[in-house]
Amino acid sequence: MSGEIIVFIILGTIAVASAAGMLLSRNAVYSAVFLILNFAILAIFYLLLGAPFIAMVQVTVYAGAIMVLFMFVVMLLGAERLTGPTGTSIGYMIVAGVLLVGLIGTSVYAISRALTLTAGQTGLAELLGSVEAAQEFGSPASVGTALFSQYVLPFEVVALLLLVAMIGAVVLTQDKKKAIDINAMQRERREAQAKAILEKQLQTYQATHSTNGDGDKADAPADAPRPAEASE
Amino acid sequence: MIEIPIGYYITLSAILFTMGVLGVLFRRNAIIIFMSIELMLNAANLALVAFSRQHAAIEGQAFVFFVMTVAAAEVAVGLALIVAIFRTKHSVNIDEINQLKG
Repeated sequence: MSGEIIVFIILGTIAVASAAGMLLSRNAVYSAVFLILNFAILAIFYLLLGAPFIAMVQVTVYAGAIMVLFMFVVMLLGAERLTGPTGTSIGYMIVAGVLLVGLIGTSVYAISRALTLTAGQTGLAELLGSVEAAQEFGSPASVGTALFSQYVLPFEVVALLLLVAMIGAVVLTQDKKKAIDINAMQRERREAQAKAILEKQLQTYQATHSTNGDGDKADAPADAPRPAEASE
Repeated sequence: MIEIPIGYYITLSAILFTMGVLGVLFRRNAIIIFMSIELMLNAANLALVAFSRQHAAIEGQAFVFFVMTVAAAEVAVGLALIVAIFRTKHSVNIDEINQLKG
């Protein structure tokens, strides 16, 4: 077993362990940190596979932007410990178990087939014909050439998709309650003003009628004008 | 250039994808489910890059670029949805998000 394969096994073990940590940790912040570790290991694999541009994009976009977004939402919601009790129905668990068994069976089959491909990879220089072409393979220039020549239409469609996603995120997170709250605030203020006017009228009424009557008589007519005023 | 057989990379990709599906099936926190989806997308990316290296074809890496872009868009919209749901339900547990009326 050569040194490269030992390095691969160590890195692969870290990748699988970090994925397991992501799945098993109770705290969503720890899950995000484990996932960042997993993405970093995958970036190293991309470098080993002759894809330096994809490795850099992996670090900046996935481990950088996407995971920062995840962290931001976890912190914003305070949802790091919001797993709660799992009151899952039995039928759902049966369906999940059947799917799981099928998936693991397929994976074991695929892995057993894949592990028969033990022949070492052909060198890039042999595949591409020259050492210069092998050094260029996977560089930003070569990936960019492919993107802007052969795949220019998908590239533009993806740009449109990003625009739509941005608009969608803005629309979804818009706080619609704020507009309603302003209306409610105005209504409350009008009601408070009307109530103050009523109180003032009530006081003047009691002041004018307090000389020729006791408290019980003053209260009964004082309540009477209130619904009439409020209905206006 | 390091010469690791492609079977190793496909094996790792299959394991990571399976773990992603496990997360989607058995975790109830919507944010963790999103992270599991990201894990599956990355497993697919690893397989694509491995095949790209095997055949010395740059198209695989161009496709990985597209997958990453779609993943970024999906995360932006998905997390916005989670925030919107959390505002009304005060929960990200998907068992409590089982009705369409707000």
